[in-house]
Amino acid sequence: MGYRVLIPTPLRPYTEQQEAVDVEGGTVGEALAALTDRYTALRHHLYAENGTMRHFVNVYVNDDDIRYLEREATALKAGDVISIIPSVAGGVS
Amino acid sequence: MTESASLPELSHADVQRYSRHLILPEVGPDGQRRLKAGRVLCVGAGGLGSPAALYLVAAGVGTIGIIDFDVVDVSNLQRQVLHGTADVGRSKLASARDRLSALNPSVTIEPHDTALTSSNALELFRDYDVILDGTDNFATRYLVNDACVLLGKPNAYGSIFRFEGQASVFATKDGPCYRCLYPEPPPPGLVPSCAEGGVLGVLPGVIGTIQATETIKLLLGGGTTLAGRLLLYDAWHMRFRELKLRRDPACPICGDNRTIRELIDYEQFCGMTQPSAGVAAAPTSSPEMTVDELNRMIVTDEPVFVLDVREPQEFQICRIPGTMLIPLGQLPARILEVPASAAGRPIVVHCKMGGRSAKAVALLREHGIEASNLTGGILAWIDKIDPTLPKY
Repeated sequence: MGYRVLIPTPLRPYTEQQEAVDVEGGTVGEALAALTDRYTALRHHLYAENGTMRHFVNVYVNDDDIRYLEREATALKAGDVISIIPSVAGGVS
Repeated sequence: MTESASLPELSHADVQRYSRHLILPEVGPDGQRRLKAGRVLCVGAGGLGSPAALYLVAAGVGTIGIIDFDVVDVSNLQRQVLHGTADVGRSKLASARDRLSALNPSVTIEPHDTALTSSNALELFRDYDVILDGTDNFATRYLVNDACVLLGKPNAYGSIFRFEGQASVFATKDGPCYRCLYPEPPPPGLVPSCAEGGVLGVLPGVIGTIQATETIKLLLGGGTTLAGRLLLYDAWHMRFRELKLRRDPACPICGDNRTIRELIDYEQFCGMTQPSAGVAAAPTSSPEMTVDELNRMIVTDEPVFVLDVREPQEFQICRIPGTMLIPLGQLPARILEVPASAAGRPIVVHCKMGGRSAKAVALLREHGIEASNLTGGILAWIDKIDPTLPKY
């Protein structure tokens, strides 16, 4: 089953400027693994060295934060859209 | 909310001025009196603070505090609508006070000419009802959040990048705080800044105005605020979305077992996160070259290869002669072009200010390619070597 992952502006340099990428996978973790396999430079931005999701990046399935679902084990169903929402500060940080 | 009897009366002039508010049943005379009694602190008089302060003052919020220590720069004027061409070089506070007083002389403007720090934040925030976060860096955002949570003051939050904005309301009585959303900041240099990434000038106009809207509802005590929701705005495709936010029971400052009970060192908090290797490497770890040294090499015909990792539109504005352009985002895929083109010459990498080029140097070194980072980027080159180039 294919799912759409929405890529936020700060991470688009690592997805050849794609705003959305369609990937396969039964869970959020599998879908993100497919995404970072295709765009390897993205992995650093989503995962820490030990493989855990970085704390300044949130992942949503539709409008729900996966931290309050089953995290990366969250099962996907037809039509689900995955959003990656990084923290942005604006300005000169 | 304040008892109606203790609210300030509206003068005849107030009634005329705010008549379009007064005839709204949701506001009415009592609501306008609440606004008149209201005290709002704008942290920053920049892109977000400008439209927010203008609308709050126009709306008749009685007292507006503004914290800023910056000076108006000509590159601010594209979005910071509090300031005009004649204000370039003035303090943002002085410029803001003049503009806001001209708009509505009956509003009290309280300028705070200081940087917000852990030692002054609680004292500064204590006298205000709502804090409006218009800051531009992670350290201050966490400081604003923590001070708001500790004092129980709502935080009207907004943030912008390029064409996208976020807004929410944090630290309401039962609502989530900024740390519930993002427990930790990104390591320094990982997320590009507006100075490097750019920002559509009208974007902070929209987000700052949403922050002002939320602030007014918080003062009125009515309507539905963004507490518990993160509003996402995409100006390029003109789309609004919202995501659910929850108070994190494990949040260190507003959760069930609170470990943060006072303000901490936020510079350290935002710099201490260990970056991973490669693209996330600390920008300071790369070997540096000064613009004077590079210029000396070029004018004496010493072999040197200069790689520019900015975006094509930046390259179009100004460039150092004889450089090769590979935008940072394309570098991983095109990395082998660098040693091939350098052909044994020492490699120097530059960007606008040195942040992106430091990441490029780290990436090259990870692939066994020695390179150094041009300190201060092309802005330093323009300042010291070639002032005929336009600065952006």
